[in-house]
Amino acid sequence: MLQIVGLTKKFHQGTIDEKVALDNINLELAAGEFVTIVGSNGAGKSTLLNCIAGVYEADAGRVFLDGEDITAQPEWQRAQKIGRVFQDPLAGTAYDMSIEENLAIAYGKQKKLGLQPGIRKKEQEFFREQLAQLGLGLENRLKDKVGLLSGGQRQALTLLMATMVRPKLLLLDEHTASLDPVTARKVLALTDKIITEYKLCTLMITHNMQEALSLGTRTIMMDKGKIMLDLQGETRAKMTVEDLVAEFAFRSGTQLSTDRMLLN
Amino acid sequence: MSFLAVISSIELGLIYAVMALGVFISFRTLNVPDLTVDGSFVLGAAVVAVYCSGGGNPFLALLFAFLAGLVAGSVTSLLNTKLGIQPLLAGILVMLALYSVNLRVMAGKANIHLMDAASIYQLFAGSALGRYNKLVVAAVTTMVVLLCLYLFLQTRLGFALRATGDNEQMVRASGIDTDKMKLIGLALANGLVAAAGGMIAQYQSYTDAGMGLGMVVIGLASVIIGEVVFGTKPLLRRLIAVVLGAVLYRLIIAFALASGMPATDLKLVSAVIVTVAMSTGALKKIFKKLYDIPKIK
Repeated sequence: MLQIVGLTKKFHQGTIDEKVALDNINLELAAGEFVTIVGSNGAGKSTLLNCIAGVYEADAGRVFLDGEDITAQPEWQRAQKIGRVFQDPLAGTAYDMSIEENLAIAYGKQKKLGLQPGIRKKEQEFFREQLAQLGLGLENRLKDKVGLLSGGQRQALTLLMATMVRPKLLLLDEHTASLDPVTARKVLALTDKIITEYKLCTLMITHNMQEALSLGTRTIMMDKGKIMLDLQGETRAKMTVEDLVAEFAFRSGTQLSTDRMLLN
Repeated sequence: MSFLAVISSIELGLIYAVMALGVFISFRTLNVPDLTVDGSFVLGAAVVAVYCSGGGNPFLALLFAFLAGLVAGSVTSLLNTKLGIQPLLAGILVMLALYSVNLRVMAGKANIHLMDAASIYQLFAGSALGRYNKLVVAAVTTMVVLLCLYLFLQTRLGFALRATGDNEQMVRASGIDTDKMKLIGLALANGLVAAAGGMIAQYQSYTDAGMGLGMVVIGLASVIIGEVVFGTKPLLRRLIAVVLGAVLYRLIIAFALASGMPATDLKLVSAVIVTVAMSTGALKKIFKKLYDIPKIK
């Protein structure tokens, strides 16, 4: 479904601060594959997602989605095929607009943008059903401004917006990292449910090694802009968090900043 | 202040309300302070002056003014999105350029009189409405614009436009080209501003190349006064508030003039009104610090 060939991205190119964020990345995801990404800060995880989504223009390499070369497409055009949830709960929704208006914008993703009514009666019913599935009681608050919602409710809403029109690829960039542990777990369970139910091809960045191994079908570890470990199948099933940390130390020659990763 | 002065202030206020609705689109909906307004207002007035003084239909003239405003707003937006010029500076550049363009439209004359030309305000002249005929025309026109704008903001495109001013990242992530939204928004905003300029030209029967000075501030003042006095929720109420704000602003000005203030001080008054209205948050904090005695628990 997703194919990345030789993706390279440098920041501050040609200056003393030059930093290689992505170093010739090659990665292929089959349809329905759910990949978790781990790695220390500055490993290039977010840059990878941003280059796939078109937020950053890659310096070299190509990105193919469902056979189509999307490398030259601007962010908004790729977004019609890619769903995204960000770390910042404020980033995925328009706070001064109502829940139903936000959903309507997301629901119109692949439709023509014109002078049709923003929300039709039928759509309103559909939004209510979809919201009910989140189990947060949002189905009774369609007219409420999103600004009134909590961080967890917003992330759940963003997740719904990102997947309501089935994307070919779902990108999750530590989308539970800024939530309290209880809410984070809820949103994560919801994420897993949606991805499994719709068999969505997914890339999820996480700082939590336990999550990385227990969720999804495959785990990749990044360091210094490279993929240094790609776990799937049997090997992944046998892997423990301790193994993973040890593996990282061995391969990268540095100690992983483990406290944050292990503690949560 | 005489009754007649009140009536004509309301008439003017209703016409300026069309401009205020334009400023509302750029300033509130898109969240962009657009200074093109000072130029596009005159552009509309200039187009109307030239077309109407040549015997043209006054309604058609307003349509042309609107179209000219669309172009002006588009240029500002393209300078911003395609050439990477800051929105504020892009507006200033187009405003400046329009000063020359407007003079060209007016064939080099600094002002054009429209004493004998037809105007939309003659529509009910001599009817049972008597001296309220202009008021009715202004009110109906403004209400039509208000309603169209409200309905537009309820469409799928309108949603996308509103969201662009709210959270661009989210709009792009929803597969919508934000550059296009800004283009549509600024074009529409300046279209309304230019149409208002044309309506004013017909109302006062002349167009002056310098009549646009400070229009953006007047527009902002109307938006802010309206929101503070008449509320912001829901959207329809907010739009009506902007219209009423424009009328209220005119009444304040008329009152200031009636109480003996020289007309040359009006720009200063406008600037002070906007400054005070926009700094209420900061001023509240300052006053709180100065006068709040710490409470003992």
